[in-house]
Amino acid sequence: MAKGTLAVLFPSRGILQPSAYEALAAGKTLAGPLGEPLDAAIIAGSKGAEFAKDVAARGPGRVHLIENPAFENFSDEAYAAPLKRLIEKEGYARVVVVSTINGRLLAARLSAALNAGIAADVWGLAAEGGRVTAKRSVYGGNLIGEFAFGSERQVMLIQPLSFERAQPQGSPGQVVTADSAPGAVRARFVSFEPQPAGEIDLGSAERVVSGGRGLGSADGFKMIRELAQVLGAAVGASRAVVDSGWIPYRHQVGLTGRTVRPKLYVACGISGQIQHLAGMSSAANIVAINTDPDCPMMKMASIAVPGDVNEIIPPLIAELKKRKGA
Amino acid sequence: MAFNIVVCVKSTPSTTALAVDPSTGKAKTDGIQFGINPFDEYAVEEAVRLKERFPGAKTTALALGPESADGAVREAIARGMDAGAVAVLPGWEESPYAAAIGLAKAILKLHAESPVHLVLFGKSTNDMASGLVGALVAARLDWPAVISVKKIDALDEKEATVHRMMEDGVDVVKTALPAVIGTVKEINEPRLPSLKGKMAAKKAALKIFKDSDLGVAAEAAAAVKAVALEKLSPLPPRPAGVRVDGASPQDKAKKLVEILAERRVI
Repeated sequence: MAKGTLAVLFPSRGILQPSAYEALAAGKTLAGPLGEPLDAAIIAGSKGAEFAKDVAARGPGRVHLIENPAFENFSDEAYAAPLKRLIEKEGYARVVVVSTINGRLLAARLSAALNAGIAADVWGLAAEGGRVTAKRSVYGGNLIGEFAFGSERQVMLIQPLSFERAQPQGSPGQVVTADSAPGAVRARFVSFEPQPAGEIDLGSAERVVSGGRGLGSADGFKMIRELAQVLGAAVGASRAVVDSGWIPYRHQVGLTGRTVRPKLYVACGISGQIQHLAGMSSAANIVAINTDPDCPMMKMASIAVPGDVNEIIPPLIAELKKRKGA
Repeated sequence: MAFNIVVCVKSTPSTTALAVDPSTGKAKTDGIQFGINPFDEYAVEEAVRLKERFPGAKTTALALGPESADGAVREAIARGMDAGAVAVLPGWEESPYAAAIGLAKAILKLHAESPVHLVLFGKSTNDMASGLVGALVAARLDWPAVISVKKIDALDEKEATVHRMMEDGVDVVKTALPAVIGTVKEINEPRLPSLKGKMAAKKAALKIFKDSDLGVAAEAAAAVKAVALEKLSPLPPRPAGVRVDGASPQDKAKKLVEILAERRVI
């Protein structure tokens, strides 16, 4: 019988993102109740020892280091082959990967290679009597689905910001070098064009400031960006303003855009179409600023501020700057 | 040789505002209209555009599920695709894991008849929303996959250059064909079905694959129970909110900042 949980971590563009540590915490929520070990695997093209040491300090029993220059740029095909061999050799039952675009590709390869049931964008995990269940949002975030695994092996893609980021603790786990022969690659990375500097990724942002029709024009996003900067937040938008060309699609929050799960979501002039709410309704604190006190966003908000965004945001930025300076 | 493009489509409820049926723990869909999953419209449109770009290309829409899954296939034909097929595996559509096994087998059938170059998918579905089926199908076929694609650039029968939207920017990826491509909304603006398309959709004779055709009968039980939806529940109510009133915008801004600080979110 397969046993134990393996958290799979890999750097993105040479950096181990803080959200990667969430795979360790998610793994622990399973390993603990099941009385099974939690180990980690780190796949990297370089700096592997450094990453492995960092991960080893955060709770896993062992860290398998899979390092090869072939892994410098992500490839689900290259990464999946050594991981599959490791999982089979060590007999792991559960694999946890963070639900990024690349994480999704890799987890899918592992699921098929191991005939392991898979669930994506999981924000809740439970293990009872050896049985694992995963909670995830379905039907546009309007319903919560509880899924039970029936396969011997299981792959879980966890939604960013749903589990704590494992912190350094106690005595570090043991780092062991694993077989690192890459799988054959047919989809090859050619080049990367980064987003404008200083832009925070919506999916893993702890704070998001979003703008909608209530801004009046595309110009309103200057103010939204400034507010986001003061708060250290990512910039989001409603579908209506993306469709109007006020801001690029990558900022769209909602069913056809990104799903966010921040601690703070500030909805500026967004009435709250059901498709938008689908992408942000699990934010811990929702602030709505809107002239219509009866719109869905104001009704859903933890803090509703009636009024015109164009009048409220400038003094809000000033207040926040004052507090920061204090 | 001409391009052969398959688009996987799903028939899903046209609304996501569904109630839970307490007796089954599933969504109540009686009387709810089903249609093509809205995200699939982008994949369908892309196939039609590729047909315009490469005259002679053949496009086939493929759905999996009960027999009524043909609705989504016919909608894809109405939007300009040439042909359609249904893998009749009722219940498999509920699990992305099982759906991918069935779809991969059906794609292999189509591939055996005439080699497939590209299999296109929407970003996700508006029901189970896993966003996984494309990547899983590629893995089952042992074909390369690129998801989150916003542009199909250079393309010939051996290789495709695509641009994919990442969390932090845009990657350019070159993939050997056949390959699976997952699309995002930015890739195009879907056109509405044409009258001519609707007529063609009505008349189209679809290929029907049964479990015996696909050779999946033996795997069925394991495939469906690998991950199964146990129950659905409505969202828990959010705690009641507070309203920030004030004599002036400055006053409201000040009060808002105080509350945010109290709640330790700034």
